Amino acid sequence: MYCQWQEEKTMVRKGDGQLKQTPLTEKHRALGARMVDYAGFEMPVQYAGVLEETKTVRTKVGIFDLTHMGEFELTGPGALSTVNYVTTNDASVLKVGEIQYTCLTKEDGGIIDDILVYRTADGFWLVVNAANAAKDYAWIEKHLQPETELKDLSDELTLIAVQGPKSAPLVEEILGISVADLKGYTFTEVTYEGEKVLLSRTGYTGEDGFELYFANTLAEKLWDECLQKGEKYGVAPIGLGARDSLRLEARMPLYGNDIGEEISPLEAGLSRFVKLDKESFIGKEFLQKQKEEGVQRRLVAFVMVDKGIPRQGYPLLNLEGEEIGAVTSGTHSPTLDYPIGMGYVDVAYAKAETEIQVQIRKKLAKAKIIKGRFLA
Amino acid sequence: MSEQLRFTKEHEWILVKGDVVRIGISDYAQSELGDIVFVDLPDVGDHVEEGEGFAALESVKAVSDVYSPVGGEITAINEELEDSPELVNESPMDRGWIVEIKVDGVVQVDDLMNKEEYEAFLKEV
Repeated sequence: MYCQWQEEKTMVRKGDGQLKQTPLTEKHRALGARMVDYAGFEMPVQYAGVLEETKTVRTKVGIFDLTHMGEFELTGPGALSTVNYVTTNDASVLKVGEIQYTCLTKEDGGIIDDILVYRTADGFWLVVNAANAAKDYAWIEKHLQPETELKDLSDELTLIAVQGPKSAPLVEEILGISVADLKGYTFTEVTYEGEKVLLSRTGYTGEDGFELYFANTLAEKLWDECLQKGEKYGVAPIGLGARDSLRLEARMPLYGNDIGEEISPLEAGLSRFVKLDKESFIGKEFLQKQKEEGVQRRLVAFVMVDKGIPRQGYPLLNLEGEEIGAVTSGTHSPTLDYPIGMGYVDVAYAKAETEIQVQIRKKLAKAKIIKGRFLA
Repeated sequence: MSEQLRFTKEHEWILVKGDVVRIGISDYAQSELGDIVFVDLPDVGDHVEEGEGFAALESVKAVSDVYSPVGGEITAINEELEDSPELVNESPMDRGWIVEIKVDGVVQVDDLMNKEEYEAFLKEV
């Protein structure tokens, strides 16, 4: 038996001092989590199991330690022009307290990272993928506009996500506030134990949910309180395994799987986050040209018609058996109880309802492109 | 006829009954894989070579090949796994068996581990 789970291959062993830990690492161990190396951090991949954890987030509420994510702060008079120069979306439309999804792109349109931009009173916060944090920081630093200060807050901050239909009452109870007026993709600052907590209504699960950024010193207390006060809602800790199936069910791309430096936001179906009418930004000329000429391949979502589970790297073929692309993410959806996938195909096959084939080991299995989300 | 239970370093178990072996995966293996959601079984009558992957176990996130420590013909598959793949998790050594193979020639188990040796092996993993 050979397991192809990349993260399993680098399973954390006791005494390995190389990996970064979060302020919650001991909590995860005590909860019986299986720990893995993820982007250089020792992180929980699962507690009770991916199926059960996915269900908890869809029906109740789950909490995630996402401290591995990176947070940068941009301040000074040049902060806005810096953000707008390195990202594809238009940050000038953001009011204080608003958040936008955007991409950092290279001159050739390739995606360096997909990130969230928070408009704060003093400037901007950028929340970046852990595996890309060092690369992103260097890129932004290189392209800083005059009178801009860039600061890496990642080591000072803990990030806990609270996700699921019961996330609102749980967050309200812990922080002693009402979230009724906190819309999706907005944030506010609250005080907890005399310290600042940045609370945003964001997530990566397709459910209502929140992300809480705060000083590391609060981490254990807040985590424990989430578990204690959430007990009546059926709260459970959720690992990176369920995080991956939740985001895929919600048809959200994962950097390193579905997007990367060889892929443009237009190919990835992210054109609504690319504002070609704003002032100059890195990659604008390429993306303008690509938009005019049309993309050659597109990221699509598909469900299986025949049996089998699509996995990253499996070839995609047309019904005549010619290769037309490859799978970038695939799993057996725990919520839907059938296999789902995403991948790139030649644009000629990107329309909804098109039948394609996935090569699963030695067999060819039929699949069908879908429109919109996997979940109803 | 006596039965012999043996284990491979890849965490399959084989139960030898004369020239037929039944193959599954160990409790350790199922716990490492997590929730099994699909088992891709071979067909009865297929011939497998020693060391060849003959079935695939799919968990939510990963796919794992099951290798045969013997060469021979598939004489039975556990059809229950088609609708209940979770049997591999719940009962890996019994109801979660995967296939039976009629071995080409004589069954050689000398290279494989018995239960005690496998348990000692797991401590080093």
